Amino acid sequence: MKIMLNGQEKSLQAPVTIAALLQDMGLGERRVAVEVNREIIPRSRHGEVELKDNDRVEVVFAIGGGAHGSNRRNNT
Amino acid sequence: MAVTAETIRKTTNDPLVIAGRMYSSRLLVGTGKYRDLEETRRAVEASGAQIITIAVRRTNIGQNPNEPSLTDVLSPEKYTYLPNTAGCFNAEDAVRTCRLARELLDGHDLVKLEVLGSEKTLYPDVPQTLKAAETLIHDGFKVMVYTNDDPITARQFAEMGCVAVMPLAAPIGSGLGIRNPYNIRFIVEEATVPVLVDAGVGTASDAAIAMELGCDGVLMNTAIAGAQKPVLMAQAMKKAVEAGREAFLAGRMPRKQYGSPSSPLGGTFF
Repeated sequence: MKIMLNGQEKSLQAPVTIAALLQDMGLGERRVAVEVNREIIPRSRHGEVELKDNDRVEVVFAIGGGAHGSNRRNNT
Repeated sequence: MAVTAETIRKTTNDPLVIAGRMYSSRLLVGTGKYRDLEETRRAVEASGAQIITIAVRRTNIGQNPNEPSLTDVLSPEKYTYLPNTAGCFNAEDAVRTCRLARELLDGHDLVKLEVLGSEKTLYPDVPQTLKAAETLIHDGFKVMVYTNDDPITARQFAEMGCVAVMPLAAPIGSGLGIRNPYNIRFIVEEATVPVLVDAGVGTASDAAIAMELGCDGVLMNTAIAGAQKPVLMAQAMKKAVEAGREAFLAGRMPRKQYGSPSSPLGGTFF
């Protein structure tokens, strides 16, 4: 199966949970937020929610950011 | 700390109160555009800011998990994070960003709403901003809203329940200073919520002028990060905001057209 992860296609061998995906991305210990098909999945459910084929997953975190946006659009 | 009318009356140090929380610093800073995280940390510390804006972005795929992140150098326990919808050009993206930020920061509901309408001027799209503010307030967010320096728009945002109104002084990142002090003054006079100048400050005197006009605070990023010595400029901005506030509270002397001696004219021996 494959998913769209942060705008890029990613192949997965078997259905995995969000927690396992984050572990695989090296983000297991990181403060992140996860959205699957535009729905936020709370951290408390990362261990139980399994990803399905063609899921669109966004994993975001806090970065230095301005008081304002630049003129680069953040298209998703 | 939670604020009641009683605690404000008892406080002599003139705190900034936003959404029921007190802050001793009236300077809010962004954390973007610095050379590295260490410079970010040093500039934020020098500014004395207690509220810092952050952006929410995709984690880089395959990033090095050992690299420090913003939350490592500027602890969300020590600073009030103000997630910012920077880069959003419509209400939907802005609302989505705020919801992700709330999840990211364990339910933290204070956000800075910004919906831009032009890539060139970076002016706010007011109808989209109003739409996003309505959704966010309904959703339980405490919204500090970036808007243009129009007193009527500012009043509308306050009436709908935004916790702070943040008019621009000049276009974002322009460093042109307070282009329309009369409008900022109108907004301050009518204000029922804190008014913070957000965008356009270029140097310390601009920040002081904003505060002398009676603004409750100033939010800036590029004026500090874009200075040749950002940490020194952060320190200058801290002093400018404090000086401007004190000058406002002191009440300036009236302007006069002609000279007026400050030593008595009687008793001269010449």
